[in-house]
Amino acid sequence: MHKIDYSSAPLLTVEGLKQYFRISRTFTVKAVDDVSFKIWPGETYGLVGESGSGKSTIGRSVIRLYDPTAGKIVFNGMDISGKMSHSTEGNLRVQMQMIFQDPMASLNPRKTIGDIIGEGLDIHHTYKTRAEREEAIKNILLKVGLSPEHATRYPHQFSGGQRQRVGIARALIMNPKLIIADECISALDVSIQAQVINLMKDIQDETGTAYLFIAHDLSMVKYISDRIGVLHLGHLLETGTTEEIFSHPVHPYTKSLLSAIPEPNPIVEKKRVAESYDYKTSGIHYEDGTSHLVEGTHYVKCTDEEFKKWV
Amino acid sequence: MSDSNDKILEIRDLDITFKTTAGPVHAIRGINVDLKRGETVAIVGESGSGKSVTMRAAMGILAKNAVVNRGSIIFRYHHQDGSEAEVDILSKDKKWIRSHINGKRMAMVFQDPMTSLDPTMQIGRQIMEDMIWHYKTPKEEARKRAIELLTEVGIEEPEKRMKEYPHQLSGGMRQRVVIAIALACNPDLLICDEPTTALDVTIQAKIIELIRRIQKERGISVIYITHDLGVVAKVADYVNVMYAGRIVEKGTINEIYYDPRHPYTWGLLSAMPDLDTNDERLYTIPGSPPNLLHEKAGDAFAPRNKFALEIDDKADPPMFQISTTHFAATWLLDPRAPKVEMPAELRAKILRMKHEAGLDDTPAPEERATGIATDADVREEGSAAGAVTAADGKASGNTSGEVSEGVKADSAAETKAADSAKSGEGGSADTGNSGAAGAAENEEGESHA
Repeated sequence: MHKIDYSSAPLLTVEGLKQYFRISRTFTVKAVDDVSFKIWPGETYGLVGESGSGKSTIGRSVIRLYDPTAGKIVFNGMDISGKMSHSTEGNLRVQMQMIFQDPMASLNPRKTIGDIIGEGLDIHHTYKTRAEREEAIKNILLKVGLSPEHATRYPHQFSGGQRQRVGIARALIMNPKLIIADECISALDVSIQAQVINLMKDIQDETGTAYLFIAHDLSMVKYISDRIGVLHLGHLLETGTTEEIFSHPVHPYTKSLLSAIPEPNPIVEKKRVAESYDYKTSGIHYEDGTSHLVEGTHYVKCTDEEFKKWV
Repeated sequence: MSDSNDKILEIRDLDITFKTTAGPVHAIRGINVDLKRGETVAIVGESGSGKSVTMRAAMGILAKNAVVNRGSIIFRYHHQDGSEAEVDILSKDKKWIRSHINGKRMAMVFQDPMTSLDPTMQIGRQIMEDMIWHYKTPKEEARKRAIELLTEVGIEEPEKRMKEYPHQLSGGMRQRVVIAIALACNPDLLICDEPTTALDVTIQAKIIELIRRIQKERGISVIYITHDLGVVAKVADYVNVMYAGRIVEKGTINEIYYDPRHPYTWGLLSAMPDLDTNDERLYTIPGSPPNLLHEKAGDAFAPRNKFALEIDDKADPPMFQISTTHFAATWLLDPRAPKVEMPAELRAKILRMKHEAGLDDTPAPEERATGIATDADVREEGSAAGAVTAADGKASGNTSGEVSEGVKADSAAETKAADSAKSGEGGSADTGNSGAAGAAENEEGESHA
């Protein structure tokens, strides 16, 4: 496994990110509220949380599909929050790529696989001759475990796992520094999920790209991530290395989330009772919390009294 | 509980084909499922393996282009006065099933609660609908029952919720409402088709707890259709593993998890990372599920099976009995097959699982890499019948050279077998014959046991 140099400058720094959606004059959805995290080159950062916790919104704000309400996003030394200059935006669009959840919905059904994968090359004019373009597409297809003949086929001719490989190939062809994988395996069959995860790991070892891995399946997140952030209701409650989060969860929500994962071990599982957690009755107010250091890189968002009680 | 009439559902040799514009799709290929009163059986498999189609057949709600080639689905239920009745679902027409079975004796919980609820109807009315339709319950009484049901499934302020519409509820609440509707007529059998796949883990845990609690209180039988082995571990008494329209392995939950025999089950168990997985790479089942439009001879799993024998391409394996409750359809269990062990990673994982469960006195899970010594323990732990089969396999594997010609060289296990494969000059036609003969012999062997 590759080593990550945590003393180097982080690839992505997100500070105090807020993403609000105004529904009406009196009602605003605070999808993401004051979230900060960092991703280092070659690292995989897992974002977990239930639906509606804002994990996908963070991914979309970071890649600037949304305009963040407040906060600072620095990527590869460029400030990409607020209005971007033409060259900054060009850089961002090349160096940060995204893999979506549903591979069928995210591939244009009327384009061949070759054209879908090559679209980035076409837009950014990164080839001189036609042959060079075909060569790049061929190489990337081989890298993701498809064959070059597939370039002339259409998305409907592929299985779900193969389509997701196309999605990965499309992201990879620009040689990005960061790939945002938004629930990229949850639409796939169990046996195919493992194939795609292995492929993503291999690619990371080879190219050193970083992943922002967004998912709700904690066992897969644990497997692929170096560090993890736990989101609930738009707040980043706890973050740390995978080891820190899984062996010493501090926040009650993290604990309930971990205890809710069913284990494939019938005798143990039948006896186990999941911890329940209800925000309304827990007496915890996320807005009042501030970031507290537990140890190492393990932070938890809470008030001083809560911190004393939990740790 | 051993009384055979205690079986609430008996599916025998069910075989279903779908007529499509692209040609016939042989979706279900001769499956047997048994369910006793008050027990839970789980059907596990990838999408397209036929798990949902089986249960739709049991409810008589198959699509119009489905043709049932053969088989029977015997369902035993109680009339309101307590007398028992027995029907073959497949022999009844849709109208009869609709008025006597669906929703009344057999109820279903679907995957996505948003699409299974009527968005234009208050949830109270949706719960009452069943009772009014099936039992002509007076409206006031149905209302009272509906409120009771909502309380039972853990919804607060049921009177207020009765008047709300599905879009006003969260996903978990909606699924609770669906369960309340399913329970409205006091069914004998509850079929849950991926009931928690669309929900978050925390909500999933609550819904599963709810179904388990209701099952215990009411003593109903439950069929779980899912691909999540963690959920299965939590709920099931018996497990059926399906692949390409066949049940490839069935047994009690402990047999499937602690002593799996079919390579596909090995793959499923290995591919799921538990929270202790530290391996560099996840185990994967190569390839993808087969397209049933193009039926192939022999075992449908063979192309993805690295333990496949040559005979797998010729003949479908019969169900081999391992214990009184444990069966698996793989040629690896044939007494003449070379002895193939489950992958070392999985064996280590199972040892670890057993250790956590306090099942074994084997040394701590740290000894994962040591392989063979610990494997013997696993075998011993398995049922007595299982041990006998294994021993048999070894013995006859040594004596009879002629059968091992079926071994592909890549099956990691036996060099001996590979040798005899080279020496045996039997062509492929021969193998086919011996395969058929083998199947016949096996059935004999089973009846002896």
